[in-house]
Amino acid sequence: MTGLSVLRVVIAHGSAGDREYEVVRALLETGYPVARVPAAPGPAADDEIVLGSEQLPDAEPTAVVAALERLRRDRELPVGGAWKPWFPVIDYARCTNCMQCLSFCLFEVYGVSADRKIQVQNQSNCKTECPACSRVCPEVAIMFPKYRHGPINGEPVQEDDIRREAMKVDISALLGGDVYAVLRDRSARAKSRFSKERDDERALKERQNCLVALRQSLDVPPEVIAALPTPDEIRAKAEAAAARAAAARGES
Amino acid sequence: MAARILYCHCAYARVVPVETKGAVLEGLVRRDVEFQAVPDLCEMAARGDARLAELAAHGPLRIAACYPRAVKWLFASAGVDIGDAEASVCNMRTEPADQVLARLVPGDPQ
Repeated sequence: MTGLSVLRVVIAHGSAGDREYEVVRALLETGYPVARVPAAPGPAADDEIVLGSEQLPDAEPTAVVAALERLRRDRELPVGGAWKPWFPVIDYARCTNCMQCLSFCLFEVYGVSADRKIQVQNQSNCKTECPACSRVCPEVAIMFPKYRHGPINGEPVQEDDIRREAMKVDISALLGGDVYAVLRDRSARAKSRFSKERDDERALKERQNCLVALRQSLDVPPEVIAALPTPDEIRAKAEAAAARAAAARGES
Repeated sequence: MAARILYCHCAYARVVPVETKGAVLEGLVRRDVEFQAVPDLCEMAARGDARLAELAAHGPLRIAACYPRAVKWLFASAGVDIGDAEASVCNMRTEPADQVLARLVPGDPQ
């Protein structure tokens, strides 16, 4: 995380006339935050620009955006919208620090803080539309706010979503030689929202799809694919994560 | 202290109904109220944007975004605690625009 802010546009109410809504919307859709103030604003900060009625003579949204783009480049400020912000968000009111997400994720999205707490550390490593780690979280503690369905999207968690023991995926079985046995075990699946969205089988398939997509993409160098962890390495990572979790809980 | 208003446009996904977020934004623009509008709270949180702390630091906050649980922990992921008592979150994924506006600007005659 950089802590950087993108250029913010300050607009006084009424300065863009009848097109104020169109201008504000165009700014938001091109990545600019907007502060709308009721009257003439004070001086702008370094990462702000104030647009009054003098700067918005015709208030043509595309012209306003183009002018801001030039200004942003001159000031060397970051641009918003460079990537679709798809990444896991941890509900620490639910998380038990079991590290299953860290063990399951292929892409080093998760890490551990200095005080041995699970953290999302590399958001941009996350694969867009893949919520696999959320499906295997035994505590329904991982959200993807841009996912379509609950509880992964942040909907309140219901009793039906919490089947902790059923969701305690045996990582060694999933990643080792018994994958097909796990996939065959469909008998106990309930016809519920839980079964559709919080499903270790779907999670495993999504995880495998990510690997296939990577292999098929011409933009991914072979050495990157080759650098992906092997099942043995992932198993070792899972064991190390479990040891860290045990240590964090004060177990010997 | 008057509550601050924060509107998230969720610009990089199609999970918030376009009609709802458009009507909420237009309703805010037409009212003579101060508000902050951001392209996407998720993206701000991922960047650790310092403005998130600034928004939460000045008293009560009314947020138009998505599910309250997601919004609370998005802020937390950027190191910002929006206390349950200090922030109320309107969910544009499920609430109609007029209801969201009524909660953002209570007592407004429009």
